Amino acid sequence: MRDVAVIGVGLTKFGELWDVSFRELMMEAGARAIENSGIDGKQIGAMYVGNMSSGQFIRQEHISSIVADHAGLVPIPSTRVEGACASGGLALRQAIIDVGSGLHDIVVAAGIEKMTDVLAGVATGALATAADQEWEVFVGATFPGLYALMARRHMYEFGTTEEQMAAVAVKNHRNACFNTCAQYQMEITVDDVMKSPPVTLPLKLLDCSPITDGAACAILASAEKARKLTDTPVLVAGTGQASDAISLHSRTSLTSLQATIEAARKAYKMAGVKPDDIDLAEVHDCFTIAEIMAIEDLEFCKKGEGGKVTEQGETAIGGRIPVNTSGGLKGKGHPVGATGIAQVVEIVQQLRGEAGKRQVDGAEIGLAHNVGGSGGTAVVHVLRRGD
Amino acid sequence: MAVPRFWREIPNRYNLVGARCGNCNKILFPPRSICPFCRRMGKLEPYRLKRKGKVFSYTVVHVAAEGFEDQVPYVLAIIELEDGPSLTAQITDCNPDEVKIGDEVEMVFRRMGEESQDGVIYYGFKGRLIKP
Repeated sequence: MRDVAVIGVGLTKFGELWDVSFRELMMEAGARAIENSGIDGKQIGAMYVGNMSSGQFIRQEHISSIVADHAGLVPIPSTRVEGACASGGLALRQAIIDVGSGLHDIVVAAGIEKMTDVLAGVATGALATAADQEWEVFVGATFPGLYALMARRHMYEFGTTEEQMAAVAVKNHRNACFNTCAQYQMEITVDDVMKSPPVTLPLKLLDCSPITDGAACAILASAEKARKLTDTPVLVAGTGQASDAISLHSRTSLTSLQATIEAARKAYKMAGVKPDDIDLAEVHDCFTIAEIMAIEDLEFCKKGEGGKVTEQGETAIGGRIPVNTSGGLKGKGHPVGATGIAQVVEIVQQLRGEAGKRQVDGAEIGLAHNVGGSGGTAVVHVLRRGD
Repeated sequence: MAVPRFWREIPNRYNLVGARCGNCNKILFPPRSICPFCRRMGKLEPYRLKRKGKVFSYTVVHVAAEGFEDQVPYVLAIIELEDGPSLTAQITDCNPDEVKIGDEVEMVFRRMGEESQDGVIYYGFKGRLIKP
């Protein structure tokens, strides 16, 4: 596969955007990415759109065509990619494979979810379709419930505490304060998390990422083309994807996501880097326990110590390995199909030195980790400065 | 849920029937069409699971799944069955505070929910703590 680079990124405001439609959201992110890349639309060869469930959220399927049409990009091939909350990361990977194969020189990887056109109960029901309908949801499982089962077992096996999980939310909210696109630009305390209403114990309201509208976009080009178009290309050094059983009860472990471990192994190998080489990471913190498990599975710390290192500040900006500098899913918001692309937007801005008050000094190599469902899909990307 | 979607799972849901592979002897639940270990060499046949197990993990649900609103707070658990496989099930007939990892349970037949006033009533299995 030939080398691939990111040449432009764009993000919308994340939040409950009642005055903005699905189409407007996607166009805003796309236009920003195109402007950021400095190309014009005519050079784009294909498009991949990550979206979990427009059918349930806005009763509209076949959005690949809508996006190409409204972007003025017909007749280029446009393909929707779905892998629950990993849809964005998978769309990015498809775009990388497309450019890498030599089929097209410039390809768009986009992600979007418009979640607030339905009531909150409908939205959480839609998200639960990422779990096993026949053998999990049928008996009363909710999405937070599945992560709570992981959290309880993690506490049992490693002594992880609810305060350590709360520390993830506190850190990510603090980072989100420096991100104008974030849904929650406000600090919270461990005490706030501990006293927030129970959702599915041990997870409380402030352990959970919110329901969010948002879109994100990245423009990819062959590395050769990228060097002609920009002084600050960011190279895709590694990509890895893996699957696992959709239901927790069919997995070998409740305290690791095997799909994350496998996807990371492939991405690290392809990039020729070790976990120690990563300067910052955006990880899939749909719930606080998910970030703790992710930093362990990505080998930023020993298994079982994710809670401890978070509490000690090692994953804060300025710490040993800053995690979720954007605010993460918790602070920035989680428009499920957009999340995987939004993570890469943050990594690209960091590697270019454009992250303002949340900048990680001297960042050279970044990692993005996107999970579908409770871990049935995981995708990991390693990016590096290409100048 | 459309009636056929529930109806076709009744043999497995009402009897706790999974599958056993005649090639590798592994017992699988929920049921599958292909043994994930032997694939085409597998010989799956129905297997009625023993109705005993242990709590592997649990959570107390306060914000219910759709259709379970009148049951909160309820305990959702992963139960490791004596036969090997695990399943997700509620723990019933208990105070939510008394469930612990490692507790022994027996699987009992219970009403799970209903479609609407004149729709299908769903049944299935829940775990019940075996008290010493």
